[in-house]
Amino acid sequence: MSGTREKYQKVAYYPGCALEGTAHSYNRSTQAVGKALGLDLVEVKNWNCCGAMEVKNVDPKLQTYLSSRVMSIAATEMKMDVVMAPCNGCYHNLKKAEYDLSHDPKSVEVVDRLSKKAGHATYRAGQVETIHALDWIKHGIGEEGLKERLRGTLKGLKVANYYGCMYTRPRHIFPEKDQGPGSESTSKPHYMDDLLAVAGAENVEFPLKTACCGGAHTLSDSDTSTKLVLNIIRAAEASGAEVIATECPTCHSGLEMHQVRAEKKFGQATRVKIVYFTQLLGMALGLSPKQVGIHENISDSLGFFKEKGIA
Amino acid sequence: MRPLAVIEQRLDALATLPALDPAVAAELLALGEEVLAHWVTAKGLDPTHEAREGFRLLALHRQGCTDEPSFNACRETCRELVYHYNLVNLEPRHPDTVQRLRMMTLVANHLFLFVAGKLQVRELGDFCCASRPLREAAAPPDPA
Repeated sequence: MSGTREKYQKVAYYPGCALEGTAHSYNRSTQAVGKALGLDLVEVKNWNCCGAMEVKNVDPKLQTYLSSRVMSIAATEMKMDVVMAPCNGCYHNLKKAEYDLSHDPKSVEVVDRLSKKAGHATYRAGQVETIHALDWIKHGIGEEGLKERLRGTLKGLKVANYYGCMYTRPRHIFPEKDQGPGSESTSKPHYMDDLLAVAGAENVEFPLKTACCGGAHTLSDSDTSTKLVLNIIRAAEASGAEVIATECPTCHSGLEMHQVRAEKKFGQATRVKIVYFTQLLGMALGLSPKQVGIHENISDSLGFFKEKGIA
Repeated sequence: MRPLAVIEQRLDALATLPALDPAVAAELLALGEEVLAHWVTAKGLDPTHEAREGFRLLALHRQGCTDEPSFNACRETCRELVYHYNLVNLEPRHPDTVQRLRMMTLVANHLFLFVAGKLQVRELGDFCCASRPLREAAAPPDPA
C-alpha cells in the first residue's frame, strides 16, 4: 500500500462539469480537504466533458474517445500516473473507457482515429489509473493519517452513507474492487463509512446505499424521481440518521431538490441534512463551513452543524 | 399476480403500522417477488419459479436482467430484502425485529418504486448502462 500512498500524493484532478456548476460545494470541499491533508491536486489542462450520458446515448464510442482525451492529457502532457475524478459520472465513464480500450479493438481504432484528427496523443489503456475521491483519501492518506490530522470531530453525528449507482456498477469496469480485505465492495461499499467513522461519525445501518435515486430522469419523470428520493430519505431517517453523506453530484442535487419537491408536491416533509462527505471531513479537519461550501448547498444546514458543535 | 396498484396500497399500509409481526417478513418477500414478476411478464417471459441462492426473488431478478443490464440497478435492493428476511427469520424475537421489519418495508417499497417507474420509463436506471434500447434501435455510424 505504501507505493499506492506515494502515487496518490500528487494526482491529476478532473472535476468535470457538475463540480463547476451545481456541485461547486463538492469542488470547493474536495480541494480544501486535499490541502488540509497535504495531498496535491493538479487540474487536468483543458479538460473536456467525459461524455456523460448524453453523448453515450448517441454514440458510446464517442464517449469513450472523450474520456480517453482527458486521460491522454494527464498521461502525455502532464506526465501524471493517476487521475482523480470526484464525480461518479466522470469516474464511471473514465473507468468504462479504460475497460473498452483494454477489451474492444474497435474502440481502440475509433479513439486512435479521433485522437489523430484532434491532434493529440492517442490514449493507450493502462497509461493512467483512474480513482475516485474516496480512493484518493482512503489510500493517499490512510485512516491513521486522517486521524492524526483531525482538528475537530463528528462525534455524536449519525450518518447514512449514500453511494448511488455509478460508483460500483457495472462491476466489470472496476477490477480493483471486491479484492478482499482493504478493497472496496461493489455490493456493500464502505470507504465513505470508514473515513467518516475515523472522523468520529456514527454510521447507521442503511440498506439503500447503492439504490437508484432516479437521477437520470429527474426532469423527464420527476414524480418517479421524487418518490425514489423520498424513500431513500425516509429509510435514512428511519435508520436514525441526521445526515445523508453523498459522493455523487447527481445523487446529491437530486436528493436536495426532491427533498424540497416532496414537501411541496406530496406534503411529505423530511428533516435529514444532505451534505458531501468531503464537507463533513473538512469540518472535522478544522475547516470552516464556508471553506467547505456549506452555504453553496441547496438546503441550509449551517444552524444544524453549529448546534451539533461541528461548525 | 395482483395489480401493481394493489401491491402499492399494501406496502403503504404496512409502512403506517406502528408495530409489525415477524410474519410480515414473508409477506414483504412475496410482494417483492410479485413486483419482479410484473417486470418479467412485461418483457414477454414467464416468471420463473426456480430459486437462486435459496430465493425465488433472486432468480426473478436474474431473469429480469437478461438483455437489460440496467435492471441491475435494483440488484442490491433485492439482496437487502433477502438479507432482512433472513435477519427476521433467524431471530424473530430479537429486540431489533420491529426496526428490521420497518427497514425491510422501505426496501420493498424501493423495489416497487424502481420497477413501477421502469415499467413507465424503460430507461430508468440506465445512467450507468446508457440507453441500450436507443443504441440498438439506431446504431449510428462511427464518428469521423
